[in-house]
Amino acid sequence: MLRRSFLAGAVTTTVTIVPFAAHATPDTLAAVIKEVTGGAPLREGKVTLDIPPLVENGNAVPLTVKVDSPMTADDHVKAIHIFNEKNPQPHVFNAWLSPANGQARVATRIKLADSQKVVAVAETSKGEFWSAHTDVIVTIAACIEDAT
Amino acid sequence: MANVLVNAPKTAKKGQVVEIKALIMHVMETGYRPGTNGRIIPRNIIQDFSATWNGREIFRMKMSPAIAANPFVSFSAVANESGTIAFRWSGDEGFLAEHQVAITVT
Amino acid sequence: MRGLPTAAVLLAVFTGSLALAQGDGRRSGYRDMSPALQKMQDDDTANPAMLFVQAGETLWNEKAGTAGKSCADCHNDATVSMKGVAARYPAVAAETGKPVDLEGRINLCRTNRQQAPALAAESDDLLALSAYVALQSRGQLIAPPNDVQLAALRTKGAEIYKQRQGQLNLSCANCHDDNPEKKLAGATIPQGHPTGYPIYRLEWQALGSLKRRLRNCVVGMRAEAWPYEATEYLALESYLMERARGMVMDAPGVRP
Repeated sequence: MLRRSFLAGAVTTTVTIVPFAAHATPDTLAAVIKEVTGGAPLREGKVTLDIPPLVENGNAVPLTVKVDSPMTADDHVKAIHIFNEKNPQPHVFNAWLSPANGQARVATRIKLADSQKVVAVAETSKGEFWSAHTDVIVTIAACIEDAT
Repeated sequence: MANVLVNAPKTAKKGQVVEIKALIMHVMETGYRPGTNGRIIPRNIIQDFSATWNGREIFRMKMSPAIAANPFVSFSAVANESGTIAFRWSGDEGFLAEHQVAITVT
Repeated sequence: MRGLPTAAVLLAVFTGSLALAQGDGRRSGYRDMSPALQKMQDDDTANPAMLFVQAGETLWNEKAGTAGKSCADCHNDATVSMKGVAARYPAVAAETGKPVDLEGRINLCRTNRQQAPALAAESDDLLALSAYVALQSRGQLIAPPNDVQLAALRTKGAEIYKQRQGQLNLSCANCHDDNPEKKLAGATIPQGHPTGYPIYRLEWQALGSLKRRLRNCVVGMRAEAWPYEATEYLALESYLMERARGMVMDAPGVRP
């Protein structure tokens, strides 16, 4: 009995392949992603994360995330979650969508404290999780004023 | 009254997917920055942003300290009926801002 | 919304912005930014500076001071009366007979005409009005007026510009005349033309004046910044505007 349930557990683990897991991610980033997926499979694809690869200032980085989805009642994106790797905390934003949007697209401006990976996770009405990630290099202003 | 700049079309065809943009003035203080006295400036951010179309929610966003100051958001919506698109921002220190625009759908 | 440009003007500015390489080799800092930031500046519905412009338009129409007057009471429609004005400052103020920059001019109106207290330097209200007025010069050519006092100020400004200062022993010219388009610690050095002021600087996460930016540079060079009221800033502003004569204004700009 014990052996069978051990094997069942082992099979479940191996089925959950995530090309994503092959990238080195700090633990907190992996943990918050798992909070969203609940351990369900996370696949790369369908999500386009548009951030400039090199930004002049980390205070306002333009970001657009799109998900390839028909946005019908049967098949639509329910939520988009954006996470970061090296800011003081791992969240960027969560957005909740529905067929009322017509397109799964959110654009905003974010803060990045350092060069790092940004991850987008999309949750669909079918219970699927899709993701994309971008590595962003953040440069800073050369002349910084004193905080007066 | 909060300084808000919203951009949504005034008219649309039924079924058309329109782009809605909202910009609001807010310091979005992260709570991680030290001030001139060396002490951390307390967090002061907008946490929740939502939009409704004739009262039905069409978009909701939870913002974190990682959202840039003077937050800008753009999203899409299907134009189904004429009426009012309403926006609401709320956050730390009791921050609350609301704005409405009218849209005619033919 | 009144005071905000029509699509035709926006298009003109965009093409004007594209043409911001003068042919004489001068180019606006706009050209040194990434396409993403250029897009942020070009889109009036997304440019954070437009929040300040909107606040400025409200202030323009608000009565203030013991005289109970608004800017509009004397100047009417800013899109008409303020067209090209920011492109001509610093200029000599009629009331004092002395040169002032745009912020100084706004405060002269506040104190002398509206009988209201002057707005504090870099305050939200002063920046909002300055942004609203500067917007009315977008697409206009920088055209500093000719005047003996201004000429003297420009000469002084040119001297400061070329003078080495601070711990790093650098002059403005060392970077902005000798090494533009090269990198300084990952940031592209612009030629330093004041075509976009007041700017929404991402580093500040706020709108700021040319004076703030100059002060920022001086501190960045590890030199001692002159006090806020010092004429050095006015001298530099006057010199920089003369150096940029004929360039297209792209205010209010976004800069990294």
